[in-house]
Amino acid sequence: MRPALIVFQKDPMTESFAITKFSDLANPTRFLALTARILPWMAGITALLFVIGLYLSFTTEGDYQQGDTVRIMYVHVPAAWLSMMCYTVMAISAIGTLVWRHPLADVSHKAAAPLGAAFTLIALVTGSLWGKPMWGTWWVWDARLTSVFVLFLMYLGLIALNRALDDPSRAARVSAVLILVGFVNIPIIKFSVDWWNTLHQPASVVRLDGPTIDAEFLWPLLVMAVAFTLLFFTLHVAAMRNEIWRRRVTAQRRMAARMAGKEE
Amino acid sequence: MINLLLRDLKLSVRAGGGALIGVLFFLTVVAVIPFGVGPDLNLLSRIGPAILWIGALLSALLGLDRLFQTDREDGSLDLMLMQEHPLALTVLVKCLAHWIATGLPLVIASPLLGLFMNMNEVAIGAVMLTLLAGTPAITFIGAVGAAVAVALPRGGLLVSILVLPLAIPVLIFGVSASYAAVEEPAPFMPPFLILVALTMFFAVLGPVGAALALKNAGD
Repeated sequence: MRPALIVFQKDPMTESFAITKFSDLANPTRFLALTARILPWMAGITALLFVIGLYLSFTTEGDYQQGDTVRIMYVHVPAAWLSMMCYTVMAISAIGTLVWRHPLADVSHKAAAPLGAAFTLIALVTGSLWGKPMWGTWWVWDARLTSVFVLFLMYLGLIALNRALDDPSRAARVSAVLILVGFVNIPIIKFSVDWWNTLHQPASVVRLDGPTIDAEFLWPLLVMAVAFTLLFFTLHVAAMRNEIWRRRVTAQRRMAARMAGKEE
Repeated sequence: MINLLLRDLKLSVRAGGGALIGVLFFLTVVAVIPFGVGPDLNLLSRIGPAILWIGALLSALLGLDRLFQTDREDGSLDLMLMQEHPLALTVLVKCLAHWIATGLPLVIASPLLGLFMNMNEVAIGAVMLTLLAGTPAITFIGAVGAAVAVALPRGGLLVSILVLPLAIPVLIFGVSASYAAVEEPAPFMPPFLILVALTMFFAVLGPVGAALALKNAGD
């Protein structure tokens, strides 16, 4: 009867990497195996979408009032959306850190913070470049600009906090608390243009009575938005993978140091 | 809880006059402004409420990183973590004590500084009232930063950087309420009520967040 038992035993090499449930992603090794498989695809699709999006951005007609400067929108708006989505992703990861004590969630929000800062910076800089010809000034202290600027400061503060703490899991828990407290800012950014009368125009794509923006501009914008979103996820997954590897290398170095200490 | 309040009050008064340093810093910040913008009394009275608010905000931040640090150093923080009361409640009481020791003196000092700024009686009263309603919110937000700072080997400045962005809404509505009291068309009540609402909102969020951070910061 002995050989029959062996049949039921799963082959550890193939079975351990198979992902059947979402919770299987919790295992960093499985996560790494998955990322190794899907990262090239994600990067490829992102590049393809950027080619299409940029082609559309430069071939569609300019606005009858704004002329060619309207093309700034195709970078500015997706970057601004992403800056908010990134914080939302971080807040969800922060819940994962605090509730389930999930090491992958720690890695996730740590890896997302620099990306969020980068996208926010892109949104601010392109907005500033767009504001100069349209509003006649680089910067105004209106509600949306100010709240996005505050978001940028919060990203930088979180990066600084993560760097100030040596122990990664403690840094993750402490910054998770701060991320959740700072999440108050996201609705303020989203609705700032509706609550206050400001120079920045109100939402024109995502609204109840349909987009007020012409289809000519909507298509490149949507393609670019999808491309930016995929870019974010590609970079995020890659950054998470790097962070996991970095932690493994640190752990192995520590072990090596301990072994070396024992041998002497 | 009352005992904790009294203990914290006594400690903050006796330990080198923390409250006095806050007020002194407030005085200094406000006194520096006329050197920067020039002694034009009209201009000073126009920007006065904003200057007082910014000064109060900065001086409220000054002592915040010590809120839990001293307790950690003498070990009483561990006792607080172990007791049966919900930790958020303890944090709330500590915030109140901290506010009475450092925030309230700022509110009391503000009319004097308002006179320096050539503000009229209505404006001084409005600033005092808004500071009274708004500075607790700064303390509650700061409690989260202070709790985070407990885990840091060298907290200090980082706390201010983390806390200031969150305190901006309080500043906005505090200043706009003070201006609304002076300038005719804008009504005083809406921004003031939003300020009160912000304080109450942070009175819940601050202690809960700080308690969470304290629990997680301990090893």
